[in-house]
Amino acid sequence: MADVTHDTGPDTRFELLMGFWRHFKTNRGAVFGLWFFVALVLIAVLAPVIAPHSATMQYRDALLLPPVWSEGGTWTHILGTDAVGRDLLSRLIYGSQFSLFIGVVVVSVALVVGICLGLVAGTFRGWVDTCIMRVMDVILSFPSLLLALVLVAILGPSLINAMIAIAIVQQPYYVRLTRAAVMSEMSKEYVMAAKVSGVGTLRLMFVTVLPNCMAPLIVQAALSFSTAILDAAALGFLGMGAQPPTPEWGTMLAESREFILRAPWIVTFPGIAILTTVLAINLIGDGLRDALDPKLKKG
Amino acid sequence: MLRLILRKLGLLIPTFIGVTLTSFFFIRLLPGDPILLLAGERGVSPERYQELLVQFGYDKPVWVQYLDYIWNILHGDLGTSIVTKQPVVKEFFTLFPATIELSLCAIIFAVVLGLPAGILAAVKRGKTLDHTVMTTALVGYSMPIFWWGLLLIIFFSGILQWTPVSGRISLMFWIEPVTGFMLIDSILSGQEGAFTSAVSHLILPTVVLGTIPLAVIARQTRSAMLEVLDEDYVRTARAKGLSRFRVVGIHALRNALIPVITIIGLQIGVLFAGAILTESIFSWPGIGKWMVDSIFRRDYPVVQGGLLMIAAIIMIVNLIVDLAYGLINPKIRHTE
Repeated sequence: MADVTHDTGPDTRFELLMGFWRHFKTNRGAVFGLWFFVALVLIAVLAPVIAPHSATMQYRDALLLPPVWSEGGTWTHILGTDAVGRDLLSRLIYGSQFSLFIGVVVVSVALVVGICLGLVAGTFRGWVDTCIMRVMDVILSFPSLLLALVLVAILGPSLINAMIAIAIVQQPYYVRLTRAAVMSEMSKEYVMAAKVSGVGTLRLMFVTVLPNCMAPLIVQAALSFSTAILDAAALGFLGMGAQPPTPEWGTMLAESREFILRAPWIVTFPGIAILTTVLAINLIGDGLRDALDPKLKKG
Repeated sequence: MLRLILRKLGLLIPTFIGVTLTSFFFIRLLPGDPILLLAGERGVSPERYQELLVQFGYDKPVWVQYLDYIWNILHGDLGTSIVTKQPVVKEFFTLFPATIELSLCAIIFAVVLGLPAGILAAVKRGKTLDHTVMTTALVGYSMPIFWWGLLLIIFFSGILQWTPVSGRISLMFWIEPVTGFMLIDSILSGQEGAFTSAVSHLILPTVVLGTIPLAVIARQTRSAMLEVLDEDYVRTARAKGLSRFRVVGIHALRNALIPVITIIGLQIGVLFAGAILTESIFSWPGIGKWMVDSIFRRDYPVVQGGLLMIAAIIMIVNLIVDLAYGLINPKIRHTE
């Protein structure tokens, strides 16, 4: 990233991006993850077109129907139906919308608020810094899922509240990363030069320093995207996330619990959906880390 | 060293005050009247309401209430459960051994499998074995453990019928809680088959809770080993003609372990979040299930007290890990 401090015109920026892509491309897992993710986005966007049935329509004459390849399965319900006769494949397809939505909202909120707090803490230091960082320490003292559960108990169980709770729980990582990056940038000469030439504090924070702190933040964003999906599914599983009949994958698992021995497929498929999605995003995250910042260790 | 401990403790005090504020305001932030929440679902008469108002101290200003709360905490009083009428601290310490037993087994499982896997992957860097280990680790790291638990139940308890589905020991046995650790108590009880039963109840929860730490430890060990294997002293050791096993096992591993031990210590928060899910799936009577049940039963004093106890324990463990890190890594000790 040595050339970031140069004058980055449109051409160099394009070259930077190409350089990044060349590096990213060498990681086969990351590319596979990216394709999977793109496919998932397409499925989510096209859900109303490709889903064979509605997500909430109950086919009363086809309860707990097994998938097509087992005995008694039919092509009308390829992955079978659940206990009230809803088509599993359609619910999974619509469920992708929720998972991606959760990831996008949680990461955006945590990223924006975290960057602002981290910039303020790293730029001004002193008591502002101390206050912000102590609050973050308090959040980190609780196990994330427990704190999210308690926050949802305060706010009331719903998907939106679960997302707010998860965003709050993930906040400290962004604040710490931004603050650390800002502090190391602040001592560099280009910042000094900008200060001497009379750049205002806000411009210094957001335009001069922030772009050079982005690499670890982008990696963290990818990793916390997958954590957000996992945590939201866990909350849904515990009955504190999205509420039935929402086809959220974790909530679907919770509803299927009593049938695990009678109808294992309604337990299996939502879990595979969660696992593959999270896996794909983690693969992308690993690839981003290797391509953006070779100094960051694999952890 | 003493100065270091005192300074770290000093840093913890503001965080601990923050934690007490969080748990103090938890009940006051809940929607609805705190007295009605504390009184439970049935509601109360106006006279009883006034009585409770005074009893819980809600007639005083908030800052006095907070000081009272701190006073009570310092005297080991974290309130009383609405449902069982037992002191929260007592319930906590009754259930805590179950969670410790499960977590210890999980972390042992993770270390015993994760360390060798990470070392092997590093030594066989770029080979098929390395790719296999790392892919498996990434799958484990991405695993929704609540689903993993259900899958294992379907397979091992449902299809193979090898292990029981829930609880800590078969209902056939009644074990006197001496240590609170079922594995030890079942031996102490002297009943035939009790220990085997306890072990078979422990296996699936251990695997489920240990999966993510296992993946993290394997990944971390591999990257720490890779870094160390490139060092000059490892090359020197090899050049001296030492066996490959000795170089990897003694020279490299000892230095690679430092970051790995920290990671293991930092898994406690992860373990606790995992315990919430694992204990819920396997009806394991520990702290995680207790907290979830209390949230659903609206037993708010338990949630409040449990939150505080758990945060305090995590803070203490992190402090110990921090200090241990200083002990095993002289570089850190001397710069402090």
